[in-house]
Amino acid sequence: MSGRVVVTGMGVISPNGIGIPAFLHAIQNGISGIKFIQRYRDLNFSCQVAGMPAFEWESLKNYISEVTFHGLKGTNIGYGLAAALDAWADSGMPYDTEVPRWETGCVFGNSIADSEAMKNVIAKVDNKEAKKLGSRVVEQAMNSGVTSYISGRLGLGNKIITNSAACATGTQAILMGYEYIKHGYAKRMLVGSAEHVDTYVYGAFDSMRVLSRKYNDEPEKASRPMSITAGGFVPGSGAGALVLEDLDFALQRGARIYAEVLGGSTNSGGQRLGGTMTAANSTGVTRCITEAMHTSGIQAGHIDLVSGHLTATNADRQEIYNWKQALGFNREGMPLVNSLKSMIGHSLSAAGSIETVASILQIVHGFVHPNINLEDPNPEIEALISLDKLPVKMIKKEVNIVAKANFGFGDVNSCLILSKYK
Amino acid sequence: MIIMTREEILSELKKVISPYTTNKEMLAGINDDTDLIKDLKINSANLVDIIIDAEAKYDIEIDYDSADKMVNVGNCIDVISEKLAQK
Repeated sequence: MSGRVVVTGMGVISPNGIGIPAFLHAIQNGISGIKFIQRYRDLNFSCQVAGMPAFEWESLKNYISEVTFHGLKGTNIGYGLAAALDAWADSGMPYDTEVPRWETGCVFGNSIADSEAMKNVIAKVDNKEAKKLGSRVVEQAMNSGVTSYISGRLGLGNKIITNSAACATGTQAILMGYEYIKHGYAKRMLVGSAEHVDTYVYGAFDSMRVLSRKYNDEPEKASRPMSITAGGFVPGSGAGALVLEDLDFALQRGARIYAEVLGGSTNSGGQRLGGTMTAANSTGVTRCITEAMHTSGIQAGHIDLVSGHLTATNADRQEIYNWKQALGFNREGMPLVNSLKSMIGHSLSAAGSIETVASILQIVHGFVHPNINLEDPNPEIEALISLDKLPVKMIKKEVNIVAKANFGFGDVNSCLILSKYK
Repeated sequence: MIIMTREEILSELKKVISPYTTNKEMLAGINDDTDLIKDLKINSANLVDIIIDAEAKYDIEIDYDSADKMVNVGNCIDVISEKLAQK
């Protein structure tokens, strides 16, 4: 047991790229995955754009048996399965096994079951036809649907946990997997999260007036974190997955190592001191970030890049302020900061895992992806951080340490410290 | 009352069962004695789905007691032909 935890495989289903090579190309070139959705216009939504992965449902037949595929309706499960199995293959391991893989567990998060798929269930029950529902509804309605499909396909026999912490879900899942390995409970953890923002969840966010509604005719400009014209977030869907392993265990099997998870923290502001169901308590946020640095044994000055939560709402300014407080830097001293959401929108539970995959790609390939749509930065943010720290074009440079954080409804926070493997 | 020969029902039944077994070779050669779970390796939870699909296919209703009898292919054909005859 090395006590060190490394990343040996990654998979991603993102609005701007499916699979690691396509996703890497997209984030290096600032390619937006935001599209206009006619159905949202037909439904009179104020926001009519979204980050939808160009995912071919039939491609799931490459991962699971025809029998399992038949009757699979949960879009979030499909995304999660594909990302997780891609990560597994990427780490150099076969899917099939006769005996359970006792040393490997899974922490995979999501928000809710696919309510569009559940609509059919509700209609049948209301129509007194519950008998016709069949055997495949419960396994897809249950919150642990995604982890059940993943762990079943791969025969994972260690801890199988489904976590849910709103927008902090993805980073929290990765942190939990890290902790299980670090503390010796598992040798390997398949971690990540999935989200499908279905029409009903989308509609509920639309009603909260927190979505971007002024760029329906220019979808690629709709997600504008830190911009003065930012008017809300753009919902996104997808999944991200990582294979985490104990360093010695990974070295023994000759695995390729992408990066190291140095540590992290997840906490809550308690919905006190300014924190509410929907707003973060700044003290909670700064504590989360400083605890993450502390458990990782690093100082603020070691951080090359902050991968922010930065959704393009009026919370962006406060988030930058919180990072400054936590890191203790002045306007010029801040590290580079970027937001993947400028390209793919906010994929809620999946955000943390997709953004962590992006963070690790930046470490591996030595670049900082651009913040697109930041040609008109918010002056209040510019007062906090020097503009050269908010790149609008890709920067090629060595990236050794990334701080990746997400903050969610319920006043929950999660922060990871990721490092180049040395 | 609808009369279908056992062969006719068998050929339709193969299509109903097909999505629930990966063993397509064995499915092609099924006979009355083929056990759905042991031979075709159908997940026991999926038997419910086969019954629901058969109900839709033949426009019949298969009650719980009849469904319990549907263990092998011969039993399935018995139940389906009995329900068709009652129509």
